[in-house]
Amino acid sequence: MHELSIVMSIIDITEKESAKHNASQVDEIELEIGTLSGIEMPAFDFAWQQAVRSTLLENAKRTINEIPGEGLCMECDALFPMQQLYEPCPVCGHHFISIQKGKELRVKSLVIN
Amino acid sequence: MCATCGCDANASSSIRQIGEDHDHSHDHTHDHTHSHGHGHSHSKTIVEVEKDVLYENNLLAQRNRGYFDAKNILALNLVSSPGSGKTSLLERTLTDLKDQFTCYVIEGDQQTSRDADRIHATGTKVAQINTGKGCHLDAHMILHALQGMKPVENSILFIENVGNLVCPAMFDLGEKERVVIISVTEGDDKPIKYPDMFHTSTVCVINKTDLLPYVPFSMEKVKEYARQVNPDLQFIEVSCTSGEGLPQWYQWLKEKVLLPQSV
Ligand SMILES: Nc1nc2c(ncn2[C@@H]2O[C@H](COP(=O)(O)OP(=O)(O)O)[C@@H](O)[C@H]2O)c(=O)[nH]1
Ligand SMILES: [Mg+2]
Ligand SMILES: [Zn+2]
Ligand SMILES: [Zn+2]
Ligand SMILES: [Zn+2]
Ligand SMILES: [Zn+2]
Repeated sequence: MHELSIVMSIIDITEKESAKHNASQVDEIELEIGTLSGIEMPAFDFAWQQAVRSTLLENAKRTINEIPGEGLCMECDALFPMQQLYEPCPVCGHHFISIQKGKELRVKSLVIN
Repeated sequence: MCATCGCDANASSSIRQIGEDHDHSHDHTHDHTHSHGHGHSHSKTIVEVEKDVLYENNLLAQRNRGYFDAKNILALNLVSSPGSGKTSLLERTLTDLKDQFTCYVIEGDQQTSRDADRIHATGTKVAQINTGKGCHLDAHMILHALQGMKPVENSILFIENVGNLVCPAMFDLGEKERVVIISVTEGDDKPIKYPDMFHTSTVCVINKTDLLPYVPFSMEKVKEYARQVNPDLQFIEVSCTSGEGLPQWYQWLKEKVLLPQSV
């Protein structure tokens, strides 16, 4: 359940940013989560519900931008969508892949009050 | 905010230096209530945060890494499922290399100091971190364990992570190398079931080779799967029980220890 640690870190970042702006309420939070980031969404949702209680995020509207995985083949330079870390290059079959997208785990923006 | 070190991370763990006459337990309680003046106007503001969720951990990991580099300490993060043989590998290593290197161990477990006691029995300085419900070590815990441990220069620090092949992959501790351990009783498809761990490690120790005659496990297959996830991964086959293969592991360690520059 590392998802709980992740949610705690998001709460932490939110509180610091809010304090900087003297905000007492967060209306919206926008997150970026890559499909190769290792986050299981059901576990994330569960952890979220538990952890945001009586925090600034309790009533915030949450938007998640899911970022699909993308790999770059180091053999043939093909750029291709990646669902799993173990996928070979669909063009040449090699496994030397550099992950370009999908590892994101970011707090993008907040709407504070 | 953590009063002890001024750092600011989420931790509720206890750290003890095993074998000292008194325990330094370090419980973090993080009070996260802020009082704000309300003189400002209540208008909506969009804040472009653009911050990595793990940036706090990554920052502290960088701090640990700087500390290790400055003291020329080879810090290794040992990860595996529960029972793959992390503690057994350490017991053998610490005993066999006693005269060649100064070693330290940080043990991560949810409960008890059983593993740390096993390490202590080899005569090695060891700190136990109990993570409670937490299923992985983080950089903040390591930072505090180091404060009590004060490892000397040119030493090796082994960090035994909590037995779990999932989330320790996400938390950089500041280690030099990540060592993933798998035993032949776990099935040869582990690397594609838990790809993150194999993706982020530099060496894979395959343990319990003494049991190969009794279990369906293909050495070829496990390597093939692991290379699909990480083509650069190195493999070392060992049995902590019979001692077979351990010289290769020791050889790998010796190559990783950077010799101090002569003055
Ligand atoms: N047969 C066999 N058993 C082993 C070997 N290495 C460890 N074990 C056993 O596996 C169990 C778990 O080992 P341990 O070191 O505690 O695993 P950890 O949870 O990864 O620290 C113990 O009962 C060990 O005695 C090995 O090479 N061969
Ligand atoms: Mg152990
Ligand atoms: Zn290719
Ligand atoms: Zn703290
Ligand atoms: Zn601290
Ligand atoms: Zn965890």
